[in-house]
Amino acid sequence: MSAAHGILPLSLREVRFAAGGRNLIDGVSTEIVAGPATVILGANGAGKSVLMRLMHGLLQPTSGKIAWRGQGEERVRRGQAMVFQRPVLLRRSALANILYALELARVPAAGREAQAMDALREVGLAEVAHRPARVLSGGEQQRLALARAWALHPEVLFLDEPTANLDPGATREIENVIKAFDASGTKIVMSTHNLGQARRLGDEVLFIHEGRLAERAPVDQFFARPASPEAAAFVRGELPWV
Amino acid sequence: MQTQTYMAEIARIVALSLGISLSAVLLAALIGLPLGAAIAVGRFPGRRTLIVLLNALMGLPPVVVGLLVYLLLSRAGPLGELGLLFTPQAMVIAQTILVLPIIAALCRQSVEDAWVEYEEQLRSLGAHGFHAALTLVWDIRFSLVTAVLAGLGRALAEVGAVIIVGGNIDGVTRVMTTTIALETSKGDLPLALSLGFILIALIILLNAAAHLIKEAAQRRYG
Repeated sequence: MSAAHGILPLSLREVRFAAGGRNLIDGVSTEIVAGPATVILGANGAGKSVLMRLMHGLLQPTSGKIAWRGQGEERVRRGQAMVFQRPVLLRRSALANILYALELARVPAAGREAQAMDALREVGLAEVAHRPARVLSGGEQQRLALARAWALHPEVLFLDEPTANLDPGATREIENVIKAFDASGTKIVMSTHNLGQARRLGDEVLFIHEGRLAERAPVDQFFARPASPEAAAFVRGELPWV
Repeated sequence: MQTQTYMAEIARIVALSLGISLSAVLLAALIGLPLGAAIAVGRFPGRRTLIVLLNALMGLPPVVVGLLVYLLLSRAGPLGELGLLFTPQAMVIAQTILVLPIIAALCRQSVEDAWVEYEEQLRSLGAHGFHAALTLVWDIRFSLVTAVLAGLGRALAEVGAVIIVGGNIDGVTRVMTTTIALETSKGDLPLALSLGFILIALIILLNAAAHLIKEAAQRRYG
């Protein structure tokens, strides 16, 4: 998908999201552009997940503006997909889970199965295509969730702490799949509190601290010379709740 | 010879009971499951009131349902021309009304619980409203067996509604519960008791079967 016809960039202007009398996201302004893999980094409870849900349209901002580059609501919705921390899979086969997503995306019936199998092969799950999704291992389930998102050929893929519940082996596999998506030109926007993962997968870092965008920098610069004191403390591992 | 006709009569009564109650539950499930799911997923004014009402209707007194259906179907009633009063069809109608709130309310609760888990994912994939509700119903289908079974238990066990709209006519609208009521008052306790045992055995059997299905499905689908 060439950038010229895409839905990016995504711009956020003074976005605030309040719940229970607290500003979970407080005045975030930034722009997500095509190209570099963006990692949203921050401690637990900093607001990473909320920010990502706002971007994906699952939450509406209390104030401020979130805008994709035009193109109409339906086009924008189909240009993006999201993988959650805990995969929600339907009680049907792995393949059928992907077919379901393709049907919702109005992919013509004739091409669905081939497209779904391609996605399963992409994440190395072709041999379990007909196994019930819910009896797969945790790592396989998350790879299936990635395949489901991948099958939709999104321009932007949101990943909300995709490896938070997984063991190191499964984490490595997921990271490899994410790298492959990144290499194929899909825009990756991923949240994590894992510094190593941010380094391995990210090109640029958005550092969130207490609902605010504290710093935005290329990944090397962020780790070598964090500009804000909060980011510096986080990189040194000093934030008390990390 | 005597025993043979006796057994045949019992078999006929049991068959009629099952036929009527299963038909009623089938109808109630066809309406109640989508209805419950729609209420669970939908956001509309008066939703909370509707939920409270639906839960309250689970305890609908069978005799009152019987009375209402009787008025509806009686010769002078709005549906009197259909000539359904004192037929098995009338009994199916009454039991459907009785069972519908049970199935709808229990389904509403199950779907709403599942919705909490599925909502973000389904919305992210672009599933909305009724389509999302049907996806949920299908996905938790094995849990919904319990809701349907609760309805069936209610239908098989009630006597108030079927005795009013069915009239307890020998060989036509006489089911297990109405026979038990009649035979007990006539003093034929052996017949009443044997039907009572059969009724309880049936209900245990149905529940055991449903439990096994649910367990097998859990192992198979997770």
